[in-house]
Amino acid sequence: MAEHALQTHGKSTEKSALPLEYSTEESRLKIFGFWVFLGAEIVLFASLFATYLVLAGRTAGGPTAKELFEVKDFMMETIILLTSSFTCGLGTLALRNRSKGGILFWYIVTLLLGLSFIGLEVTEFIHYVGEGATIQRSAFLSGFFILVGTHGAHVSLGILWMTLILIQLIQRGVTAATARRVFIVGLYWHFLDVVWIFIFTLVYLMGVAY
Amino acid sequence: MGFHLPKNFFVTGEPMIYVADVLSVLTIAGIVFVLTYYKKWKWLWDEWLTTVDHKKIGIMYLISSLLMLFRGGIDGLLMRTQLALPNLHILDAEHYNQIFTAHGTIMIFFMAMPFIFGLMNVAVPLQIGARDVAFPYLNAVSFWLFFAGCMLFNIAFMIGGAPDAGWTNYTPLAGSDLAPGPGINYYLLSLQISGIGSLMTGINFLVTILKMRAPGMTLMRMPMFTWSVLITSIIIIFAFPVLTVALALLTIDRLFGSHFFTIAGGGEPMMWANLFWIWGHPEVYIVVLPAFGIFSEVISTFARKRLFGYGAMVYSMVVISAVSFLTWVHHFFTMGAGPAVNSFFSISTMAIAIPTGVKVFNWLFTLYKGRIEFTTPMLWAVGFIPTFLIGGLTGVMLAVAPADYQYHNSYFLISHFHYVLVGGTVFGCLAGLYYWWPKMFGFKLDERQGKWAFWLFNIGFNVCFFPQYFVGLMGMTRRMYTYPEGLGWTPYNFISTVGAYMMGVGFLIMVYNILYSVRHGERDLTGDIWNGRTLEWSISSPAPHYNFARIPEVDDLDAWWHMKQRKRKQPWELRPLKPIHMPNNSGRPFIMSIWFFIAGFGLVFEWYWMGIIGLLGVLYCMLKRSFEYDDHHYIQVDEIERTESAAGRA
Repeated sequence: MAEHALQTHGKSTEKSALPLEYSTEESRLKIFGFWVFLGAEIVLFASLFATYLVLAGRTAGGPTAKELFEVKDFMMETIILLTSSFTCGLGTLALRNRSKGGILFWYIVTLLLGLSFIGLEVTEFIHYVGEGATIQRSAFLSGFFILVGTHGAHVSLGILWMTLILIQLIQRGVTAATARRVFIVGLYWHFLDVVWIFIFTLVYLMGVAY
Repeated sequence: MGFHLPKNFFVTGEPMIYVADVLSVLTIAGIVFVLTYYKKWKWLWDEWLTTVDHKKIGIMYLISSLLMLFRGGIDGLLMRTQLALPNLHILDAEHYNQIFTAHGTIMIFFMAMPFIFGLMNVAVPLQIGARDVAFPYLNAVSFWLFFAGCMLFNIAFMIGGAPDAGWTNYTPLAGSDLAPGPGINYYLLSLQISGIGSLMTGINFLVTILKMRAPGMTLMRMPMFTWSVLITSIIIIFAFPVLTVALALLTIDRLFGSHFFTIAGGGEPMMWANLFWIWGHPEVYIVVLPAFGIFSEVISTFARKRLFGYGAMVYSMVVISAVSFLTWVHHFFTMGAGPAVNSFFSISTMAIAIPTGVKVFNWLFTLYKGRIEFTTPMLWAVGFIPTFLIGGLTGVMLAVAPADYQYHNSYFLISHFHYVLVGGTVFGCLAGLYYWWPKMFGFKLDERQGKWAFWLFNIGFNVCFFPQYFVGLMGMTRRMYTYPEGLGWTPYNFISTVGAYMMGVGFLIMVYNILYSVRHGERDLTGDIWNGRTLEWSISSPAPHYNFARIPEVDDLDAWWHMKQRKRKQPWELRPLKPIHMPNNSGRPFIMSIWFFIAGFGLVFEWYWMGIIGLLGVLYCMLKRSFEYDDHHYIQVDEIERTESAAGRA
């Protein structure tokens, strides 16, 4: 299905050198718009990080980061999530080759890794709550749960979104429109990995170091 | 999870609220009756509720914000009535708190911003020679989110109780200990919903302006209003996520007992002030920079001159937008941050006066030796200069940190920000409203009534707010609901109240002007009723829904002015028409906003089941959108030809 440009302005709509996901003006606008949206997301997470860092030491007599965090657990989460970014990148490579099977394979691997990350995170949260480390216990824990939880919520939404797009890919094949959707959800996924690197460093590593 | 109906679900015991209840019911009944009687329901749905046309969305923004100007204005008049004389008891302290909270919140979020967004929607795509915004569907979502948030905020005083912690909603005053009940929840959730819409508008217009300009329109050939919207969009994208976070954290504190802002669990109440003003100070420029853009357009149009110092105007806006993020602490100099911090923010605040001064001088130099025509929009633009000067100079006075310990939270401050926000933003909005009215509706607002309204409003404004500088220096603090006799405040307050009513009369004349001009206003047959300079005046009024039959090619600033000088047709004007790609209407943005409203309403009363249902509804709408592929159609050449020739164009 041809998705034509909103307006062409005399510029040529089809440029053969461009990858499929950039092939229509509408797609170019949407991909650029999504980058801008990610800019806003950076500010959102930056605010949450700032809040967390202000509150990190304020445990109000409750458990501290050092007491709670298990190196083995958060290393596991990190490796799984970073790997998922790699497999997602392989999915984009398959997109460039217009291989429906390749995209499906690598994105499903990404989804499974994402699901296991969420599984580990939920287990971690349940474990903390079991030890009395709840969001109501101290300002540190409020900051921790909201920062890490917001990231987790983003990943969960990403899993749902990616699933929907894979269904569309199966229904419609690799077209300009589905290619754009696959590409954009990939951008989102990589973005969440970048955020996690900061969580890994500023929350977990610094948490167990001091 | 349960369903606890608060004891006072429908607010009772307050005669004014009963009156408001009756009026609301009558208004709704009246609307329903008119729509049914004239069989307009289908028209309303097809033409307006489902539209993705930026011009219609702009008009809906303008209607909503004029209504909110009315509501916020009534709140202001109630306050001024209460303060007209000492020891009055028209309002009690609690009611007064609710009214100043509503006044501030509504005027900033539900009047100034949507008014600006309305004018942006109407003018920007036309000014850059585009057929729509980059994301028309998202544009409709943005509008309906604003509308849902606005309605949620507006029902608070009738259902559950209004927020009363001021528009800045400082913790711990706004925390669950000191402010239990739904009032503050209304504030948090309605702003959250409309704030998401604002962020989306920012993204939409940034992409539109950067990517959809007509060929030849380089950045430095863009009309000044479009420039101001571009800068504003960037500020929105960087500022609004901070508000989102602040509102979310306080909501979680109140609903789930976390400790971001409560000292008890190690939280930090001042963090609210920081997060709020990191968003809040840039917000001032979000609403004032587009107004500056409007003044630039209006002044150069009616001085019949190219804008003086175009480049300096652009760079000064860029500087203002950057520095606006470095001034937030001046909102709480007295909190005890220490001399080093206060000095930094004092200097950064004063620094903003420099680029702003550059802009004012550029407007004056544009007027210099111009063939000035005092139309109504021009009056608002010229009237802005002295008011903004007074507001700006007192702003520099407030920026002096040690002196601020004297002015802090006094009526001096109130007067300052009304001088900049009314004298800047509201004057700009009204200038823009009169200026682009013919483009929106095809007829002009009556000039004589427009001038009456301007003079009444402008004189009333100065009579209202100038005395407040003095009463502020005499020690009258903001948020006082009454004051004793014998302090020497009475004459100032009384004069101020008289001025407020003059503004009210000015507003009523504007409303009458609209009703009068629908019938009697001068029709705009050329599409260029002001002899304008920018591309929106090159097409018929009201603009056809595809805007431009042929996309224009631009070779200079003030493109349309140059096209008119040339008289000869350009190659692009002779090109054959082609089918135009347009987005389809969709009812989903409207429906999605209802789900948002349901979710917000549920969370206000902590009925989580209702909140979850609402959010699932939102998610379902997003899912449906994700699966939508056929969302556009083509306007065929014969239809374009018919529309163009009906408008008297070849």
